[in-house]
Amino acid sequence: MFAPVYLDHNATTPIDPVVLEAMLPYLGEQFGNASSRHEYGRAARRAIDQARSQVAMAVGAHASEVVFTSGGSEANNLFIKGAAGCMRPGLLAVSAVEHPCVIKPAEQLSKRGWELAKLPVDGEGCVDAGNFAAVMARKPRIVSVMLANNETGVLQDIETLAERARRSGAWLHTDAVQAVGKVAVDFRRLNAAGVHALTLSAHKIGGPKGAAALILDKRVELEPLIAGGGHERGLRSGTENVAAIVGFGVACELAVQRQAALAQSVLALRRRLEAGLRELGATLFGQGAKRLPNTVCFAFPELDGETLVGHLDRAGYAVASGAACSSANPEPSHVLRAMGVDPELARGAVRVSLGSGNSEDQLAAFLNTLQATVARLQRLTAMAV
Amino acid sequence: MAYSIKVLDHYENPRNVGSFGKEEEGVATGMVGAPACGDVMKLQIKVGKGGVIEDAKFKTYGCGSAIASSSLVTEWVKGKTIDQALEIKNTQIADELALPPVKIHCSILAEDAIKAAVADYKKKHSDPVLA
Amino acid sequence: MLKLPIYLDYSATTPLDPRAAAKMIPYLVEKFGNPASRSHSFGWEAEAAVEEAREEVARLVNADPKEIVWTSGATESNNLALKGAAQFYSGKGKHLITLKTEHKAVLDTCRELERQGFEVSYLDVRDDGLLDLEVFKAALRPDTIVVSVMLVNNEIGVIQPISEIGEICRDRGIILHVDAAQATGKVAIDLRALKVDLMSFSAHKTYGPKGIGALYVRRKPRVRLTAQMHGGGHERGFRSGTLPTHQIVGMGEAFRLARLEMGAENERIRMLRDRLLRGLSDIEQVFVNGDMERRVPHNLNISFAYVEGESLLMAIKDLAVSSGSACTSASLEPSYVLRALGREDELAHSSIRFTLGRFTSEEDIDYTIKLLHDKIGRLRELSPLWEMVQDGVDLSTVQWAAH
Repeated sequence: MFAPVYLDHNATTPIDPVVLEAMLPYLGEQFGNASSRHEYGRAARRAIDQARSQVAMAVGAHASEVVFTSGGSEANNLFIKGAAGCMRPGLLAVSAVEHPCVIKPAEQLSKRGWELAKLPVDGEGCVDAGNFAAVMARKPRIVSVMLANNETGVLQDIETLAERARRSGAWLHTDAVQAVGKVAVDFRRLNAAGVHALTLSAHKIGGPKGAAALILDKRVELEPLIAGGGHERGLRSGTENVAAIVGFGVACELAVQRQAALAQSVLALRRRLEAGLRELGATLFGQGAKRLPNTVCFAFPELDGETLVGHLDRAGYAVASGAACSSANPEPSHVLRAMGVDPELARGAVRVSLGSGNSEDQLAAFLNTLQATVARLQRLTAMAV
Repeated sequence: MAYSIKVLDHYENPRNVGSFGKEEEGVATGMVGAPACGDVMKLQIKVGKGGVIEDAKFKTYGCGSAIASSSLVTEWVKGKTIDQALEIKNTQIADELALPPVKIHCSILAEDAIKAAVADYKKKHSDPVLA
Repeated sequence: MLKLPIYLDYSATTPLDPRAAAKMIPYLVEKFGNPASRSHSFGWEAEAAVEEAREEVARLVNADPKEIVWTSGATESNNLALKGAAQFYSGKGKHLITLKTEHKAVLDTCRELERQGFEVSYLDVRDDGLLDLEVFKAALRPDTIVVSVMLVNNEIGVIQPISEIGEICRDRGIILHVDAAQATGKVAIDLRALKVDLMSFSAHKTYGPKGIGALYVRRKPRVRLTAQMHGGGHERGFRSGTLPTHQIVGMGEAFRLARLEMGAENERIRMLRDRLLRGLSDIEQVFVNGDMERRVPHNLNISFAYVEGESLLMAIKDLAVSSGSACTSASLEPSYVLRALGREDELAHSSIRFTLGRFTSEEDIDYTIKLLHDKIGRLRELSPLWEMVQDGVDLSTVQWAAH
């Protein structure tokens, strides 16, 4: 059977067989509702407790700091809107390259009396230090800056930013959905630096879709997004998704065990890929910044990204144009625009994000296919002109 | 709710369940609690010569801890004089049964049941020696 | 072979039907794509599965697939429906109506809306658990914008007169939301006939997986909502967040099976439920909570007088049942639903909810009947209240030494 090569691990990852194995009993005999007092319920509760410890351990947090949600988007919404719900409106700052599930809730708040400052980034995608300091001096109440960008893989120096934010008295959140499993993430250390909340998601780290967590410093007061029953310390009601939470726990454990080895192997692949891309004349984004070891974002001048990924898909390579989440969005990436990339070039953006299943042979073959595809498309473009 | 082994034992095999005949000599009854509160305990003692409790029986409407507390008390009061029985404190009951904090009220109720039974006895037998 | 404890708590959650589980597994293995990935076949394959499931959910309730919005479960659906509609239509009015016997997901959401400046009327129900339509009509105000009434109550299984309520609401231009978490697969739902604007669904109460639900949002006449979860604009902007493909596939299959099998299944379950009721009827002083006619066939809620609730649960640990709703059973508060029916606290405390389902057998029921006869007998032998009643004492005249 023809199996395409998957090079889109920042969109979602295949589930690790060990994770699936752990989940299966909870899709079968162990079906209890964790709120039930009988043995079926207690068994589910124990499984959730264990997963909570595993998730906490993976990011250096305490089990009582873990709030389970249905996904990363919900966790980010919960922090931004939940924190705002417990305060009087004031200044709110998020980086210009955040995922839409941070930017959109922030924009919602700006319709409800909050002033929204979008923190600009430099040409490499890093939050501009001078501007950040200036915004912090205006004492924002809520700040959110992602640890790693989903499109470019650019890492923010969140600890240094946190030190600067601390004096402002803001609650600082970081979306670490793309970072966990690829770089070391230690909430205790970040917390000491002044980070109060962190989001991570199961399906980006070899776990199932449908489970994620907000790690929350208990000093932060949040208004729940979803009321009714008082689950998750009243911060998130609704019957727990036991199987997915169990899978999330195991995925976290594995992600941390394997992080260093994975980073090393995908970094070697990425370097080869980048060398090949440069030879083909591609523009690579965020090259001057510290980045995730698995992510490359590039464009070929005058080639439309959508068209290119369409051809690559037919040739058997699954890559992304822009972010998978912004569905039906013809606009060029807001991330690249924020980095000052020309809109025409940004339209050509393609993202390759590697995972543990990718090999050197796959990458070599991919580069050959890419070269042929680009050459053909460039000829067509030239003829059209 | 996790119950201690001792609570479970008393719950599964309650000691001295029942009631004495109404006309039996030396019987006194203490009834404490209320249905609306979720606990009603009835403790009966049968007092012999010299104020010694010869026998005791109980009935309890309540949770496992309430049943265990009253069952335990019937064992403890037997052989004691009514004054010695009054020295049984709720903390001893709670310790013996390893009651969790939310169930301490069951031990208090059991202590109250002893007091109520003794008071009933004293009311019925205003023997100057015992009073 | 009897498996202990016997599971009679299908309203708390149902086992995942193995047929639904089998359909889910490929989406946990090779078909792992993100349905929002527009640039490759992994994404398209996942998206196609999501849309097929959407059609199955729509078919069970005779809706258009475009009217189905995925959520993480009925709790989120209820939150989205009530906050979304109240906030969107707040220009028209500030008043909502619901029942005292609704699920916490509705009641807690209403409390939150009150904090946001809305007014909510919480209506009493009759002592059979049903809403009196005259009471409902009297509660309507010119500024009423949203009404929320559950189709099937989670504790007592009674079926509210949604059809009539829908007519009244539509006449007045009021949005009607119906929590149908407990109803799918148990009562027929025809959203082309019912004048319902929003309806919440849950997968895990209908043999699907946990972590997935849906909200029906009517298109004709069109109902608008303020989104509660913002981000990538999934679900036509109603609800952002990566769709959990395998869970959606599981819900689709579970709802397909419900559509095909509910007729025969409900008759079988009704027979078992009636067998249970008959078997328990010869115990003295037992009371059924809620109307027995307008009720789903799988629910029986009974109060056993003169035995205390917690000791009763301890005595029947071979049965996995609920006393009150699963969501509130961590506290010792008597069920607010039974209180709303006018049951005194003692009877509310000593109530047991038996909910039967697809995998309940006759043997399970017979064992349950025998066990209850034994245990109720034993607890009453221990009960001073029972003794007094046997001696002819009227307990209401007793002066209790409350502490």
